Amino acid sequence: MNLNIIILIILVIAALWAAMTRSLLRAAIGLAFMSIVLTVLMFRLNSGLAAVFELSVCAGLIPVLFVSTISLTHPLTKEEVLQHMKDRIRRFWYLPFIIVAVGIALSLIAVKLNIKLTAPEIQRDARMVLWNERPLYLAGQIIILLVGVFSVVILFKESGKDEH
Amino acid sequence: MGKAHLTDIENLYRYYGLCPWEMCSMLSLLITIPFFSILLFNLPFLKFLRRAITAWAYVLFCAQIALALRLFSPEFLNSFTLRAHLFNFNIALDNFSLIVLLSSAIVLFVTLIIANYTIDSEKKRFNFINLLIFAQAGLNGLVLSRDMFGLYIFLEIVAVTSYILIVFDKDIKALSAAFKYFILSAVASVLMVASIALILLFSGDTQFSVIHKAISGQSPNLLIMFSVALFVCAAFVKAGIVPFHGWLPEVYSCSPAAVSVLLAGIISKTLGIYTLMRVVKDAFGFNSHLNNVLLFAGMISIVIGALAALVQKDFKKMLGFSSISQMGYIVLGLGNGTALGFAGAAFHIFNHAIFKSLLFVNSAAIESRTRTTHMQELGGLSKVMPVTGLTSVLGFVSAAGLPPLAGFWSKLLIVMALISSGHFIYAILAIVLSALTLAYLLSMQRMVFFGKLNERFLKIKEAEFGFSLAAIILAAIIVLAGLFYPFVLEKFILPIGSFGVFK
Repeated sequence: MNLNIIILIILVIAALWAAMTRSLLRAAIGLAFMSIVLTVLMFRLNSGLAAVFELSVCAGLIPVLFVSTISLTHPLTKEEVLQHMKDRIRRFWYLPFIIVAVGIALSLIAVKLNIKLTAPEIQRDARMVLWNERPLYLAGQIIILLVGVFSVVILFKESGKDEH
Repeated sequence: MGKAHLTDIENLYRYYGLCPWEMCSMLSLLITIPFFSILLFNLPFLKFLRRAITAWAYVLFCAQIALALRLFSPEFLNSFTLRAHLFNFNIALDNFSLIVLLSSAIVLFVTLIIANYTIDSEKKRFNFINLLIFAQAGLNGLVLSRDMFGLYIFLEIVAVTSYILIVFDKDIKALSAAFKYFILSAVASVLMVASIALILLFSGDTQFSVIHKAISGQSPNLLIMFSVALFVCAAFVKAGIVPFHGWLPEVYSCSPAAVSVLLAGIISKTLGIYTLMRVVKDAFGFNSHLNNVLLFAGMISIVIGALAALVQKDFKKMLGFSSISQMGYIVLGLGNGTALGFAGAAFHIFNHAIFKSLLFVNSAAIESRTRTTHMQELGGLSKVMPVTGLTSVLGFVSAAGLPPLAGFWSKLLIVMALISSGHFIYAILAIVLSALTLAYLLSMQRMVFFGKLNERFLKIKEAEFGFSLAAIILAAIIVLAGLFYPFVLEKFILPIGSFGVFK
């Protein structure tokens, strides 16, 4: 078995754990762990720049934001957590099975049809492409960031003021 | 600029519908002006400017309407001298983009009028208008982009803006609707990015022209079909086409009044339908499999949307289901795969933007006076609200596709295209189901505007001036576009199908 397949399996397990775990804090840590595994995978697949972004933003910055937000919330009592967990298991017990089944089905189809996904040959430097050839992407991303900041201000800062 | 060069530009514009490179610098202003104006208005030391934001937003939206109308004539390019390349954006303009630019500017303008009457606090209004200008920048970028990934980025800008707009009043129902929309929209985004990644594998680039070359250069294989299917599903979710329509009626009915005008009028249409039409026309190209899927999905949407609208008790929810049904007509026109069908679909985008905004403006006017949208509590309102009653009749006649209003001509184009390409069953069904549209809209009219006036509402007056103004503007557009249809069709609509893949 290829090492990449093992990393992929770890990735899926980490993702499932992040989604299924009972505490928000553990979910945030699970997400960070998943991003680290993804970073390793990206690095092994010769995508160094994407790996660095994944590591710094998705594994570093975002969990920090999540953890700091979670620290502001009131934790549930143990009974509430257990009840919540039971409800969730009752409602969504079939989801992991579906995910695994779909994964196996897609892999079987890929093996049977012998699909080879070769990476496109990229000769150009990603930095040059982004800054000099595709400034539209950058402009769009700057606007998305601004919209995000704006939404946080509208939804949270304003409501904080209302309460006082 | 030399004369010879000018002729080239004119030819480029006239025959290919695409703008020449010189215009791209001007076009980038459509994205950058809204963006920089938000920065300017939010600078901490320029707080005194904030009062002017309403006026500035009106200027922005009116300027876009004027620009879109002006650009429809090739003569504009003769007096065009701005050459500076402001930014190296990969954007272009054609007649189809112009139609959507025009519709979005009109709907944003109307939303702004309604917002000024429905949002009391000055601070909240400032935030709302900022979000509207963000939406304008996003919509313009989406409409002008000629690149899959650029399209996706601007689509996300509009999507994020719309989540915030839906929960603007922090109403618990709106929060739950927005959460549903957010989750489904996130799934659609994942599908779209996956599709773009697969496309990148076989084409090596994300530009429409390169993808089109790559797809038409090889026989259809599983990878291409899979990536196209992923993209089509994503666009269906964003547009609320059956079977991905679960979020739409709830979101429309729970949003604040001004936001439902914007969402129903232009956002879900641009995010889903425009994206689909643009990508199918410029990148994927038409083929019989894709056409059959689109025709079938469009027809199912028309049927389910209309049947569900028939049994609704809530005015706004009924309009939401009606949107699903009308969206089906647009997809039907697209699935036809001919120039005429495409032009009809584009015209129906414009018409639907106008009449659905009008009906939502009417619902906002009713809600502002009666504090309810439940149809059984209403009745006989046209006696006390004559402007709202009259304009809603115009809106519903256009929606039902009755002559001579604008909605009739776009549905006629779609049906004609279906007949001329041999899809007789779809054409007959489209006509028969138009009667169903008439049925649910008539029952809405009867329950809300005609019949006996509820005693509770004996003392209410016509809605405030802004609502009437917005409704009259939209109703006038419907009437004018319907009465002057030869001019509208010749100048605006039919040229859409006269270039690109249809040439």
